Amino acid sequence: MNNAENRHPSRGAIWFRALAGHAQSAYPASLLVADTVFNDQSVRFIAVVPDSKNRYVRACHGEVGLVEGWQLARAVHEVMARDQNSAVKTPIIAIVDVPSQAYGRREEAYGIHLALAAAAGAYAAARLAGHPVVALIVGKAMSGAFLAHGYQANRIVAFDDPDVMVHAMGKASAARITLRSVEALTALAETIPPMAYDIKNFASLGLLSASLAVQHPDTPDQAGLDTVRDCLKQMLVSIAQEVQHDLSSRLEAPHRQASKRVRELLRQQWNGEKPMLR
Amino acid sequence: MLLTGEQNMTTKQETRLASLLSQNSFIELGARERAGLLLDAGTQRELIGPFDRMCSPWLAQQGVVTQSDDGVIVVKGCFNGQPCVVLAIEGAFQGGSLGEVGGAKIAGALELAAVDNRNGIPTMAIILFETGGVRLQEANLGLAAIAEIHSAIVDLRRCQPVIGIVAGTVGCFGGMSIAAALCSYLIVTREARIGLNGPAVIEQEAGIAEYDSRDRSFIWSLTGGEQRAASALVDVLADDDVQQIRQHVAVLRARGLPAPHRSEQVARFISALDAVDAVKEATPAMARLIYAQGATS
Repeated sequence: MNNAENRHPSRGAIWFRALAGHAQSAYPASLLVADTVFNDQSVRFIAVVPDSKNRYVRACHGEVGLVEGWQLARAVHEVMARDQNSAVKTPIIAIVDVPSQAYGRREEAYGIHLALAAAAGAYAAARLAGHPVVALIVGKAMSGAFLAHGYQANRIVAFDDPDVMVHAMGKASAARITLRSVEALTALAETIPPMAYDIKNFASLGLLSASLAVQHPDTPDQAGLDTVRDCLKQMLVSIAQEVQHDLSSRLEAPHRQASKRVRELLRQQWNGEKPMLR
Repeated sequence: MLLTGEQNMTTKQETRLASLLSQNSFIELGARERAGLLLDAGTQRELIGPFDRMCSPWLAQQGVVTQSDDGVIVVKGCFNGQPCVVLAIEGAFQGGSLGEVGGAKIAGALELAAVDNRNGIPTMAIILFETGGVRLQEANLGLAAIAEIHSAIVDLRRCQPVIGIVAGTVGCFGGMSIAAALCSYLIVTREARIGLNGPAVIEQEAGIAEYDSRDRSFIWSLTGGEQRAASALVDVLADDDVQQIRQHVAVLRARGLPAPHRSEQVARFISALDAVDAVKEATPAMARLIYAQGATS
């Protein structure tokens, strides 16, 4: 199994190498980091990839674990520190292909929630400091792993492909927790857009800035690379036009009307007179 | 001698009993009461209260009963005179799970608190975590809302301390455990648990040998409030008492912003984890050792 994994790198690793080249050696094998000139400027690419020899055995299939969370934070903080006194902020592109966070006893004992907070917090801080951040989903973007690596981006783009998946929890666990059968869960997912696992439904929630038709998602060819590069360039241009570095652009879809309505009501009532609680 | 010993024990027990009786339990309160009691009397206003009827648009479609506050209470007022918003999750509704509406209430209120600060109004925020994380019936919209909560905490904590409280008994899991870890300060009780993955999910994904979700003492020994405090992953282990918890909030607020926040202490945590023998199974003692040492050095 280890050999098979090494022979067949993950989609995340494949696209990292195609777009960014060689990874720096200063990071563990599960984290690929490279600074590459892209669109005439330096850009930092980051990917989390399987490492069959991961010290933490529950994180050897590309999961975001303790080490990955903190090292993601390190990779992002490094760029922020470098640009601290510069008006030009290096863009960060997160290549996302993460099957889940790591599930295990060591992980809980040593505070994996904090490791993931370090990563999510670093990406958010970078975006707020003016670093353009783009998440490119090429495979799975699951749950806590996606929260730590990608969800804080100014823009999320994804391959329009059946193997691309975004969700809060794998089907077996989600069925167990909601006291449903996997069949019932799957049936509901077909009619309730936020419960679906596929990228088209995710796009309907207004969270995706672009979906990319890439013919060979496992073997990047020139056409595929051009499509991805063009899209990333467009995203960087549109981010540069933004005044606020927040996530408010995600609130426009019909399926997110309640999110928008809640914010409207909060704004109306924030300073207004309302009856006391008691 | 024996007799005296017994008398002493009895006196101790009586003292403990008296102190328990004099406490006003925080854990036993609902989210609305918790939020109200943390703020100065007479200043509390609930925003998007039950009469605004902001229910989940997704639960009813699945035959699940909705609640007219969607399980999140937003109360604005003052804390010792300072403008403050309290976001309280009601653990009794759907396990405190966050869907689109409840998530937007928390994110939206934090966003407005940050706007206040940019306009010179020093609004602070207190978040009462009592949550299993994403509401799976609204899966991707819950996850999106939690990402927005993370963003809003990171934004606001540049201006004001964001104080989290995990009292129990639900605890704090999933994406919201990440939110808790992003807070400037965390207060917990012995009843609290903080973990990324809920015990049943770990058991489902990794097997019962890795994590036995029915073994309560095992779970509390790794993720309970006392353990998290001893490992310096939270700031205060509080008794279950309203006034004491309020006092802890006052003390933490007075400390101002931590520099850096716990979630920004990258070098310290990387070196602590590097020192761990990851082949060995984790124990509560090991977690205390690697992190408590780091906190004092």
